Amino acid sequence: MPKHKSDNTSDTKPVKIKSAKKMRDLMTTYYLDALSAKQNNKLVAWITSGGPVEPLVAMDIIPVYPENHGAMIGSSKMGEDLCIKAEDMGYSSDLCSYARTDISCSVVKGGPIGGLPEPDMLICCNNICGTVLKWYEVQARFYNVPLFILDTPICHTQYSPEIAKYVRAQIDEYIAFLENVTKRKFNYNKMVQVGKLAFEGQLLWQKVLDTTAHRPSPMSAFDAFFFLALIVTLRGTQIAVDFYKELIEEMEQRSKDGISAVKDEKYRLLWDNLPVWYQLKWLSGKFSEHNACLVADTYTSAWCGAIKYIDENNFLDSIAEAYTRIYLNIGVDQMADQVLDMIKFYDADGFVMHSNRSCKPYSFGQLDIMNIIKEKTNIPVLMIEADMVDPRNFSQSQIETRIDAFMEIIKQRNH
Amino acid sequence: MKEIKVFHKAINHVADTAAKIKKENKKIIGYLCSYAPEELIYAAGFHPMRLFSSKSDIILAESHLQAYCCSLVRGVLEDSLSGRLDFLDGTIFPHTCDSIQRLSDIWRMNEKYEFFADVVLPAKLNTASARTYMLDVMVRFKNDLETATGNKITDSDLHNAINTFNLIRKNLSRIYALKSQNPNIIKGADLYAIVKGSMIMGKDELVTLLPEIVANLEKINPPETQGKRIVVSGSICDSPDIYTVIEEAGGFIVGDDLCTGQRWFEGQIIEDQDPLKAIAQRYIDRMTCPAKHSSTTLRGENIVSLAQNNKADGVIFMLLKFCDPHAFDYPYLKEVLDKGNIKNMRVEMDDQQQNLGQLSTRLETFIHMI
Ligand code: SF4
Ligand code: SF4
Repeated sequence: MPKHKSDNTSDTKPVKIKSAKKMRDLMTTYYLDALSAKQNNKLVAWITSGGPVEPLVAMDIIPVYPENHGAMIGSSKMGEDLCIKAEDMGYSSDLCSYARTDISCSVVKGGPIGGLPEPDMLICCNNICGTVLKWYEVQARFYNVPLFILDTPICHTQYSPEIAKYVRAQIDEYIAFLENVTKRKFNYNKMVQVGKLAFEGQLLWQKVLDTTAHRPSPMSAFDAFFFLALIVTLRGTQIAVDFYKELIEEMEQRSKDGISAVKDEKYRLLWDNLPVWYQLKWLSGKFSEHNACLVADTYTSAWCGAIKYIDENNFLDSIAEAYTRIYLNIGVDQMADQVLDMIKFYDADGFVMHSNRSCKPYSFGQLDIMNIIKEKTNIPVLMIEADMVDPRNFSQSQIETRIDAFMEIIKQRNH
Repeated sequence: MKEIKVFHKAINHVADTAAKIKKENKKIIGYLCSYAPEELIYAAGFHPMRLFSSKSDIILAESHLQAYCCSLVRGVLEDSLSGRLDFLDGTIFPHTCDSIQRLSDIWRMNEKYEFFADVVLPAKLNTASARTYMLDVMVRFKNDLETATGNKITDSDLHNAINTFNLIRKNLSRIYALKSQNPNIIKGADLYAIVKGSMIMGKDELVTLLPEIVANLEKINPPETQGKRIVVSGSICDSPDIYTVIEEAGGFIVGDDLCTGQRWFEGQIIEDQDPLKAIAQRYIDRMTCPAKHSSTTLRGENIVSLAQNNKADGVIFMLLKFCDPHAFDYPYLKEVLDKGNIKNMRVEMDDQQQNLGQLSTRLETFIHMI
């Protein structure tokens, strides 16, 4: 394997995305609000990333996302230490590193922001995995607060009428739960407004992601991993809507001006699974060296992928289906279909799969998806083994060699 | 006891056991989880058979499941892909953990057998809507089976199935109770063979064999020797050698909290009720598996009372590596046992593991210490 020369990338740095600063400020404000909730007599709910946050927003409860916090822990390279602490508490090193770091953070009050604000309630939606069910049980015992579980049965092949009935009934139970905990009536009027904003926010987020269909792509999946935080944490607010409008404008301008995320973009790649949070910079640099841009990914699109099921005028009824039929809660064959669509839409030259030890529902089935992609398209597929937060499962030199070899194949094919 | 020999033979030669069942013109439906509604499968005229890994080397499954998937799931997929389960006519997948959830997809996409069904059970069991949904799932599964056979499953078929399974379960509970009263009454490896055999063998055969075993055990009264009373907890413990190691170290197994043990057979189905409702009800009432939610403290309370009721000197957690639901509960279960002054230890094992060397030493040390 010849050593790669990075001659054509070192001369100019890519033009920074201006909205990034604003995004950082918004997230800081959001976390400050959450951390000072108690002083302001506000209640805090911890909620899973795929859970329906809109009723919380309508009730003026501050939603906090342990998974987003986990991503911050990963990015700030605090994962290893916190994972080890969880292991000392008896949690196996094979468990999801979001869960491990969150559980130990609660005990040691560590992490990048000194721990999350304590929850007044926990909202767990198992549409992403069974891990969250166990993890939230642990936290419900630790904080001794009420736990609501929104059980969204997996749609291996279909969204059956009985699943629809069950999940719809639970939306009402969820509202009753919130009324019970807050001792307030649910605000159905505000819910209408929040629902519309959530819907609009998701449409805009999809539009943000769609801007990368442009050649060269004005942003990369690494940027999407960063800008994702708003649609997760501030879904259903005007803030998210306004911000994404600006971001779209900036992206469109970049496209017009020919500004690309990766200098001299030649190859376009699709990423699968969660980001490797502690190696974003290295990975993005590594791909840029090869003039390759990760233009899209299956992860960030999960927050708008089920939008077709949402009826903004009948929000509460329709979210039962929308929250049940998200990317991770469907069969592997349907996931492969979505990947195929993305390959076409973004015109990808290669597919990079992160086999993520932490996330079993995302990673098991990947090998079958890989085979389907190989069979139905002729693009090369690379699988790298890592973990989103725990760096002990990342072998940089091995991954570097594999990426180089993979890019070599792509270059030869696109000659 | 000659009846027990039948069980050993049945589990050591699963393909022969299957062939025998097929000779009676029964089609075989495999499953991997204690929440599989066996009564419905049986009522449809099929034979429900629990699948265990043959513990063969993983070769073909490598191209479907990464190494960080539990050995049970990988092992059973390997058996299927390599043809060792060709006697199956179908499989069903009750919703359990994330690994089984994906195994179901991979299995379905491989289309190896005639019949396939997902039984997408609720993950929580403690609400009215979950109970309704559980019943709806049973109705759907019944329809799926009827479509497959072309025959209606009548209430009398269901009542007959319920009686059969109640009888099997009642006798297994009785054998466990006798063993707990006098651990010398039956060897651990024999107990293991009986329970595992009951998940594999023809149900009508079990209906005659199990009561005979109970009757025989009730007759004997071997002298009680001193030994440490042990409760085992975990998902599956598919290794007779572990039972032997425990006994050789001076321990007796007096109860378990295993998917392939008490958690599978405890609890009777109410017989004079609407049969589908009654079947669904048992899944709600049964001791929960960690992949299901009924309360945040139930499993803790249960392990303590299981240990206390069986006067256990210690609890051994036999956890399969990469098994998330059990690994998540372990620190909490340990905490409640520690609080109750009940000695406990954890071993993390791999179903593929053939060599028990180091594990034996740890088990011996623990038993000597308690
Ligand atoms: S990373 Fe995977 S296992 Fe962990 S919480 Fe998210 S979906 Fe669940
Ligand atoms: S052992 Fe654990 S991970 Fe494996 S199938 Fe059973 S519950 Fe799932």
